Amino acid sequence: MSRSSDAPQSPPAVSGGETRSAPPSPRGFGKRKVPAFSGDRVPAQGTVNLLLAVVGAGPVIVLLVIGIVISLAQPLFYTGGNLQNLLIQSSVIAILGLGQLTVILTSGIDLSVGSILGLASVSGGMVYLSYSAGGGLTIVTMLLVGLGVGVLNGVIYVKGRIPHPFIVTLAMLSLARGAALAISGGTVQIGMPDAILFAGQGFIGPVPVPAIIVVLSAALMYIFLARTKWGRWIYAVGGNEQGARQVGIPVDKVLISVYAISGLSAGAAAILVSGRTASGDPSAGYQAELDAISAVIIGGASFFGGRGTVLNVLVGALTLGVIRNGLDLLSVNPFLQLIALGAVLLLAVQLDVIRERLEGRLRLMRAEAVA
Amino acid sequence: MSAEQRGAPVLSVRGAMKRFGGVVALDDVNLDLYPGEILAVLGDNGAGKSTLIKSISGVHRLDGGVVEMDGQPVDIRSPQIARAIGIETVYQDLALFDNLRPSANFFVGREVTRPRWLGPLGLMSERHMRKETDEIIERLQVTVRDTSTLIGLMSGGQRQAIACARAVAFASRVVILDEPTAALGLRETRNVMNLVRRLPEQGVSVILITHNMDQVVEVADRALVLRRGTSVGEMPATRENQAALVSLIMGADTPAH
Repeated sequence: MSRSSDAPQSPPAVSGGETRSAPPSPRGFGKRKVPAFSGDRVPAQGTVNLLLAVVGAGPVIVLLVIGIVISLAQPLFYTGGNLQNLLIQSSVIAILGLGQLTVILTSGIDLSVGSILGLASVSGGMVYLSYSAGGGLTIVTMLLVGLGVGVLNGVIYVKGRIPHPFIVTLAMLSLARGAALAISGGTVQIGMPDAILFAGQGFIGPVPVPAIIVVLSAALMYIFLARTKWGRWIYAVGGNEQGARQVGIPVDKVLISVYAISGLSAGAAAILVSGRTASGDPSAGYQAELDAISAVIIGGASFFGGRGTVLNVLVGALTLGVIRNGLDLLSVNPFLQLIALGAVLLLAVQLDVIRERLEGRLRLMRAEAVA
Repeated sequence: MSAEQRGAPVLSVRGAMKRFGGVVALDDVNLDLYPGEILAVLGDNGAGKSTLIKSISGVHRLDGGVVEMDGQPVDIRSPQIARAIGIETVYQDLALFDNLRPSANFFVGREVTRPRWLGPLGLMSERHMRKETDEIIERLQVTVRDTSTLIGLMSGGQRQAIACARAVAFASRVVILDEPTAALGLRETRNVMNLVRRLPEQGVSVILITHNMDQVVEVADRALVLRRGTSVGEMPATRENQAALVSLIMGADTPAH
C-alpha cells in the first residue's frame, strides 16, 4: 500500500498534535517538539501503532518462522526439486484463493469452488474426448463452466434476496458436484490436450508453469483490485454495504461480479488440476474450498470483509503449502498435520480480531487527544 | 435569518407522496429551498423527515408529486442522478468506509479514471484524487491530522467532518444533512456546525435535519415542520419562535405545559 509521502508538508495542523511518534529528524536543528498538552498520550499511541504493525506483519512472520523451522529440521526442504513441488502444490490453492479473496472482501464466502473445479475439469475432459477438441476449446470450456456457475451463485444470492451467501454456495457445492458426477456417470475422463498438460505440469527453465500462471493471475488481480474503479467498489461494498448503495455504487452488480470471478478462478484452477492429472475428474477439487478460504484468512485478509490484498492470498497459499510439504518431509503423522493447519487458521483469525481491537483503542486515544 | 425572499427557489418539492405498503410516509409535503439558505426540517420520529430527504437524494422514489431544481422538474431516480445535479447528502450513518483512506472516501462512487472508454474497469488516478482531497480539506479548514490514515482510525468528529467536507466539496447546489451531530461530543458538534454555517458562503443551500432546537435557532434561517407525513407549517428559525416550533412538532395547538 503506498501511502502519501511523509515529506515535510505545509505547516501541520496543530490542533491534535502528531499522530506518529516519529523520532526527531536527524537533519536540521529545529527539532519539532511534540505539543506538550497531548505529550503523555503520544507514547501510548506509538505502542499501539507498533503492535498494529506487528499484527499486520503477522502472516508473513508466521510463514517465515514455519519455513525456517522446517528447513532446519529437514535440509531436504530447501532443495530445488522440493521447492518446485511446493510451488506446484500451492498453485491451485493460490488461484482459488485469488477468486475467494474478492468474495471475502465483500464479507461473503464461496463454498462451491471445489465442486465447480470438479465440474469444470470433467466438462473439459468430456469436450476433449467427445469432440477431440483442441487445447483452446478445452480451456475455454473449463473457464466458461466456472464463470457460468459463479454467475449463477451471484445471481441467486443477489436476486433471490438471500440474506447470506453461505447457504447459496453450500447448495451449489452439492449441485455442481452432483452435476459433475451425473454428466460423466462418475467416471474419470482420461486424457488432456497438450496445452493443458503444459499448464499443469510444464516447466519454463526451472520454474513450473503453474507457478507462472499464479504470478500472472496475481498481477492481473492486483491491478484489478488496487487500481481499477470496480476493484475499489469491491472494497467499498465490503466496508459498508449500505453506504455503498447511498453513494450510488451498483452494489448488486459488484456482488454478482465477485462470485463470477470466484467461479472463473475455479475454472482456471481446473486447468491446472486436469493438466497435472492428465484427466477430467468429476471428483477433482474435493474440499478445495476449505483450502482456498483458509489461504485467504491465513494470509491476513479479514474474514469480516473490506480488508485484504493479493499478497495476503499468496502468503496464505504458501503457508498452507509449506506446512503440508514440510510436515510430509518430516514424516509427521497426517492427523497431526490437520491439527497444525487448524491451529494456524485460528491464529490468523485471532490476529484479525486483535487488529480490530487495537484499532478501536487507537481511535479512542486519538479522540481523547483532540478533546 | 436574512433569506426571506432571495429570488426563485433552488429546490422545490410539490405535493410529495410516498407509501410503504399500507403505511403513508409522505402525504402532500411541500418544501422550498432558497439560494444560500439553511432550512431546518423538523418533526417527531416517524414524521417523514428521513423519507423526504431520501426522496430528494435519490434513495427513494416518490409515488406522487414533483421535485424541481431551478423551476425545472427533475426525476431523481438514483443517488448518482442526485449527485450529478448537485445535491449531496450526509446521512446519519455517514456512508463512510472505514477500510478506505480519506481520498478514497471523498471520491467513492465517482473515482477519477482513465482511459474513459474502460468505464469502471479504468485505472484510478490516485494522485489526482489525493491532491484534490488535500486541497478541499485545506479550503474547508477541516482539521485532519493525517490524510493517509484509514477513516476507521479517526475519531467520531473527524469522521463527521470528512463526511460533511465530502458533501460540501461536491455539492454545487444543495447539501442535505441528516442529524449531523447526533453522535458527537460538544466540541465536535461545534466544529460541524461552524462548517454548516459557512456553506452559504460557498453558494450552497442547506437542508438540516435535527432534533436539537438550540441548533436550529442558532444556524438555520427558516424551519419547516412535518407531522405524520404532512408539512404543517414553517416559520423563521428565531429564538422567539422556538416554543411555537416545538408545539408545531408536538401537534398541540396551544403550547403543552
